[in-house]
Amino acid sequence: MKKLQKADYIKMYSFMLKIRRFEERAAQLYGMGKIGGFCHLYIGQEAVVVGILMTIDKNDSVVTTYRDHGHMIARGLDPKRIMAELTGREDGYSAGKGGSMHMFSKENNFYGGHGIVGAQVPIGTGIAFTHKYNGEKNICRTYIGDGAMNNGQVFEAFNLAALWKLPVLYIIENNKYGMGTSVDRAAAGLDLYKRGEAFGIPGEKVDGMNVFSVIEAADKAGKYVREGNGPYIIEVQTYRYRGHSMSDPAKYRTKEELDNYKQTDPIEIVKAEILKKKIATNDEIEKINKDTLEEIKNAAEFATNSPFPKDSELYTDVYL
Amino acid sequence: MSTEILMPALSPTMTEGNLSKWLIKKGDTVKAGDLIAEIETDKATMEVEAVDEGVVLDLLFKEGEANIPVNKAIAIIGDPNEKVEVKKQAPVEKVIEEKKIEKNIETKIEIKKDDIINKPSPKIEEDTNLSSEEITMRQALRDTMAEEMRKDNKVFILGEEVAEYQGAYKVTQGLLQEFGKERVLDTPISEHGFTGLAVGAAFKGLRPILEFMTFNFSMQAIDQIINSAAKTLYMSGGQINCPIVFRGPNGAAAQVAAQHSQDFSSWYSQVPGLKVIAPSTPYNAKGLLRSAITDPNPVIFLENEILYGLKGAVNNDVNFSIPIGKANIEREGKDLTIVTYSIMLQKSKEAALRLKEEFNLDTEIIDLQTLRPLDTETILNSVKKTNRLITVEESWPFGSIGSEIANIVQRDAFDYLDSPVIKVNSADVPMPYSLSLEKLYLPQVDDIINAAKKVSYIN
Repeated sequence: MKKLQKADYIKMYSFMLKIRRFEERAAQLYGMGKIGGFCHLYIGQEAVVVGILMTIDKNDSVVTTYRDHGHMIARGLDPKRIMAELTGREDGYSAGKGGSMHMFSKENNFYGGHGIVGAQVPIGTGIAFTHKYNGEKNICRTYIGDGAMNNGQVFEAFNLAALWKLPVLYIIENNKYGMGTSVDRAAAGLDLYKRGEAFGIPGEKVDGMNVFSVIEAADKAGKYVREGNGPYIIEVQTYRYRGHSMSDPAKYRTKEELDNYKQTDPIEIVKAEILKKKIATNDEIEKINKDTLEEIKNAAEFATNSPFPKDSELYTDVYL
Repeated sequence: MSTEILMPALSPTMTEGNLSKWLIKKGDTVKAGDLIAEIETDKATMEVEAVDEGVVLDLLFKEGEANIPVNKAIAIIGDPNEKVEVKKQAPVEKVIEEKKIEKNIETKIEIKKDDIINKPSPKIEEDTNLSSEEITMRQALRDTMAEEMRKDNKVFILGEEVAEYQGAYKVTQGLLQEFGKERVLDTPISEHGFTGLAVGAAFKGLRPILEFMTFNFSMQAIDQIINSAAKTLYMSGGQINCPIVFRGPNGAAAQVAAQHSQDFSSWYSQVPGLKVIAPSTPYNAKGLLRSAITDPNPVIFLENEILYGLKGAVNNDVNFSIPIGKANIEREGKDLTIVTYSIMLQKSKEAALRLKEEFNLDTEIIDLQTLRPLDTETILNSVKKTNRLITVEESWPFGSIGSEIANIVQRDAFDYLDSPVIKVNSADVPMPYSLSLEKLYLPQVDDIINAAKKVSYIN
């Protein structure tokens, strides 16, 4: 694995922080009625997508679930336009027609943002199929929530990916709850990463609160897939600090459980490492904090001032 | 006692077959379970086993003889000592002669049928590129896929049994041999998974043709068709289109009962983002499939198993296409309009002939060809001329294509109507298995005649 440079540490910290600040602001705007519908926050899970980001090639493809804001930020997309999609405005990535759960950026090879649990798994497998069909060396990273791991089409996709040796990396973001149902109440057999074994797909479990562990696993798995060996599964153990969506008070878990995870906060881990390695001073970190807060504040400002889509937009983009 | 071995029906829709090879000869002793012959149907060549025991007394057809009707005696087995029984059997030559005569009669009837029912519509006759040779619907579909695959290597086909088996209904015959296993892919029986995979491939820029062995199985995958394929262009603000064709047989075959005989035309036609096509002849199958494959949107292409064997002239120009969203006036008339699609076009044409003969009614028949977007203009213009409308389709009545047409016509041509619109649909029940009930379930020519009489106030 390529040794992490000083700039990499700063990049990781900045991205994770940006996701956190973005989600906090989104929650605020939701509370103000500026964001409607379903809104699923990524707070607590930042190390997963940022860890994967560190090993990604810009021509690789990504497809994920409806908990996608952080994924878009990690893909380098503009927080202003992401937030504008959340507020349903014309500057949003889907011009206000997709909303929080359905965001895409074709030019950045980001294929959503899918609202149906499990649906993105065959789709990501098909994107990987295209990479192979076109003779490209790229891979498709397909994120799966723990809840989707009990959904039939996931296993159909695993079978096809293994059968046809497709370059797809499946990343299970196990945040312990599928909506309000804990994994142990939903899945017979808790080692989700082993669920590809029957198809011959290797899998491993990774600490998703620690970005360095994620990078290591993602690097190894990414190489395996890119070399044409077929699919690979990483199960990332993570935790969402907030409820399933904004309307979920998360009464199904204890405050102690949440506090316990906060002890291993992914952003604090990176920060401690930066200070320990003397990559940046406290002041420099403070500056990043301040700048990030400012950037997200501007994004919120932008998203609430962007116009609503024109009425005529109702009938566009149905057919090409 | 001697027993006749009859030409077996080897598929639900088989009416005749070819005797490709005898595996027994006169004088052989056969036991139940012995292979006796290879029979070629329109879909496959299969071996046939004996169910009775005895000595082969006679083979009534030679190897290579074609178009032997189902249930025709092809061999006689029995006890060679029972001479009386043997005597009773006609000599081989005679049987063949009889068969020839019968065949002539059949051909005659067929020609007559062709004249009146399968006669190309005026527009097709005007086509100067019309082939002299007639081909089947399945060939027309196959040829069009092959032509488009030659033009664009982003076009590939996947589905159950499309490659090595050559297609469950032989529509993909020869494609594997020409294009290889990278572009003609056999999938596991895994509709939800491989449909999602194909949709993802289309998002990423390929142009999949996905064959459902029948559209009944598309129910396993309908979430990917509607929630992913149809909606993503809209949800992505116009960024990600899905150029895919979902094709396969739709509607009733023959006696395959409730789970394998359903018409999904109105289900899919309800969905913005999808285009829905239902061809009725080899000619329009060719032109429409080309439009479907080259369209940048998801297209549902509803074929019909019974029509796969239908023969007709086609336009062999590799760029010939029929635009999506355009109906065809199959027959012009002034007294009433029938709007129909797919297999019901044949029954509607039969009904139109009888309506002319028996009631002197000139029926205009509109073959929709595309169900979504619907060619409302052609329908409305016709109704404004004839003032009477019936819709004929195989789907269930509730919320059918006819229901939508009735709504459009009452809204936009209310003052032109001289009678209420009547819909002819299948019965509002699951498809029964029994032959007699199946016939009752499906719209028949008499049902169309009765509807026509009703809108024309003929008692």
